[in-house]
Amino acid sequence: MITRKRLAAGVCGLLAAMAVALLPTPASAGEPDAKTAPKVELTLDVSGSMRARDIDGQSRMSAAKQAFNEVLDAVPDGVQLGIRTLGADYRGEDRKTGCKDTRQLYPVGPLDRTEAKTAVATLTPTGWTPIGPALQGAAHDLKGGDGSRRIVLITDGEDTCAPLDPCQVARDIAAQGIHLTVDTLGLLPDAKTRKQLSCIAEATGGTYTSVQHTKQLRDRVHQLVERTADPVVTPVATQGAQSCADAPKLKPGLYSDREKFAEHRWYRVDVRPGQELRASVSVAADRAVNNDYGVLLRASTEHGRELVRGAEAGDGRTDVISSGLRYPEPPADAPDGADEPPLKTVCLQVSNSFSAPPSVKTEPGMPVELAVDVVDGPSDASDAAFLGLGHGWWLLITLALTGLVAGLVWGWISRWRVSVWRTN
Amino acid sequence: MRTVRRMLMTAALAGAGLLGVAGPAVADTATPSPSASTEAAPTEAGTSFRTATAIKSGQPATADASTGDYLYWVLPVDAGQRATVKATVTLPTAARHGAATWQLDVYDGLRRRQPCKYGAPTKAAAQDAGSVELTCTLRTVRAWAEPWANDPLPGSYYVRLTVVDLPQEDLGLPVHAKVEAGTADQGGSQAVDGTLAAPLMPGAGTATPQSDGATPSPRPAAMAEPDGGWSSGWWSDRWLWTAAGGLLAALGGIAGYSVTRGSGRPSRVPPGA
Repeated sequence: MITRKRLAAGVCGLLAAMAVALLPTPASAGEPDAKTAPKVELTLDVSGSMRARDIDGQSRMSAAKQAFNEVLDAVPDGVQLGIRTLGADYRGEDRKTGCKDTRQLYPVGPLDRTEAKTAVATLTPTGWTPIGPALQGAAHDLKGGDGSRRIVLITDGEDTCAPLDPCQVARDIAAQGIHLTVDTLGLLPDAKTRKQLSCIAEATGGTYTSVQHTKQLRDRVHQLVERTADPVVTPVATQGAQSCADAPKLKPGLYSDREKFAEHRWYRVDVRPGQELRASVSVAADRAVNNDYGVLLRASTEHGRELVRGAEAGDGRTDVISSGLRYPEPPADAPDGADEPPLKTVCLQVSNSFSAPPSVKTEPGMPVELAVDVVDGPSDASDAAFLGLGHGWWLLITLALTGLVAGLVWGWISRWRVSVWRTN
Repeated sequence: MRTVRRMLMTAALAGAGLLGVAGPAVADTATPSPSASTEAAPTEAGTSFRTATAIKSGQPATADASTGDYLYWVLPVDAGQRATVKATVTLPTAARHGAATWQLDVYDGLRRRQPCKYGAPTKAAAQDAGSVELTCTLRTVRAWAEPWANDPLPGSYYVRLTVVDLPQEDLGLPVHAKVEAGTADQGGSQAVDGTLAAPLMPGAGTATPQSDGATPSPRPAAMAEPDGGWSSGWWSDRWLWTAAGGLLAALGGIAGYSVTRGSGRPSRVPPGA
């Protein structure tokens, strides 16, 4: 029964929990908890090619500066913002040095707008485009705390520092389990840049935007910074085992893990008899995968008997494929000498049927998000109809005719009895 | 003659009673939930299940995004309701390189994909099209289903809007999306027995105190309730149908009885007896 009362109590509890977890305490309003504060680092390409004047008649660099100025003015309170540059300092031709040219222009922390703007104003288009090292640097800058993290990468060209593949760098950073998203903005719509930037975005669950106008650049960067400020639940990293016996025991909550192609991951959840287990899983396609894919979430007993499964298959472009299941554990009586029946362990198995061309790296595995929940059991139906009640014209006609027949019979019987009585 | 007249009257009364019963049921079917226009409509969309933006039924939500983004919204749908999601994507004005296919997917609170009963959830937009409109009408949400079934159950419903096929040159261009979800009450004809202890929402269960004193785990933001809260599971217009049936049966009984009694005094009884 979804009783309002219980729900109201639950919602109050939830609100309280959310308030504690997500909102700054009244005493420190406006100055959020440094530990959970969302962090964002704007990573700007200052390579020589940014001089090109092809954005609304001004150079890419001045478009970016203008956008930065306006975005810095509107950074929401509570967001810690930093700025990193790539290719800002080294003018030379030496690739090795040029590919190390990335530095933190403004440290991640509470924002001093004037200082940040002054720092941005000094930039002049200079060197190479070391995207990979810049991402690594930015990920390092954002370390600490456990809020959400975001890198906004603005660049006008592909990485000039192979063999370090920035896409692989992004995937490795994301695999560190630090809730990091990389959003990319490309100032030059050429095929290679686009491919590289959308690959970086895909690898971290971020977005790719192709910028053609200053206003678009400003609005998008602003939107991404604002998005960072939205409170969001961050999953707890866990590591599923290869079999149920060794699997980690999960409490209700949100978990993240990694799973390779054709790998199985097991988790265990304790459920009290009479309670219902709910689980959903999403496997993200964070790299180029073959066109058809699927996910299977299976709940089984410790002895391997399948209880219920959730499966989904799909094809084409996607971010995640997800499925879920619910399993009400049947009520049981408490054994002698105990107050409550013993907990039952349900094994959850997550498997995927993604595949990829041989050129695609399989390490690290694809991101898995697992939500586990345990609620009271449902009140099961004894009849398909609502409380066994009827509905429709046939019901009414049947009942009316039954009543009529009953009335007739009753009337005749009583008449017959009266006449019998009269006769006697 | 009098008997016949009385029977006719009885029938008319019963008919009136019935209309009274059926009236609300008929009226319910097409009424969309009152729109929540008093609150500001969301102008952003989430980018994953975790960050989905909460919307209300009848409230149009908009979002500016880039082609290729995965946009997520979430809305609560209660038992007996049938949700219809409409999405309009205003395509980029810049010259595009070919047709693109847009798709609307709906997932339930357990992230299980829900099929569309009616509507066009996938549509190809021609190279020069200005916008594309997608719709998806879900099955009526049931109060209870077998754990092995994929039937829609009360809880959060996620809406995902994205482009599933496009020329790579068009990736990242700005688009504007508008999503509106409406829920229509389907009345008691769809009512089933049994209920869930809690709607299918992420983190719904942590509201239930656990005996081992588990600490409250983190919870997603998609915890909105429908207008007026979740239904208690006690009301259905089947009560009215069944009660009207009972009433008709009683009237039928009285009518049948009176037929056997004839009208008024038996003619053989002498006056004054």
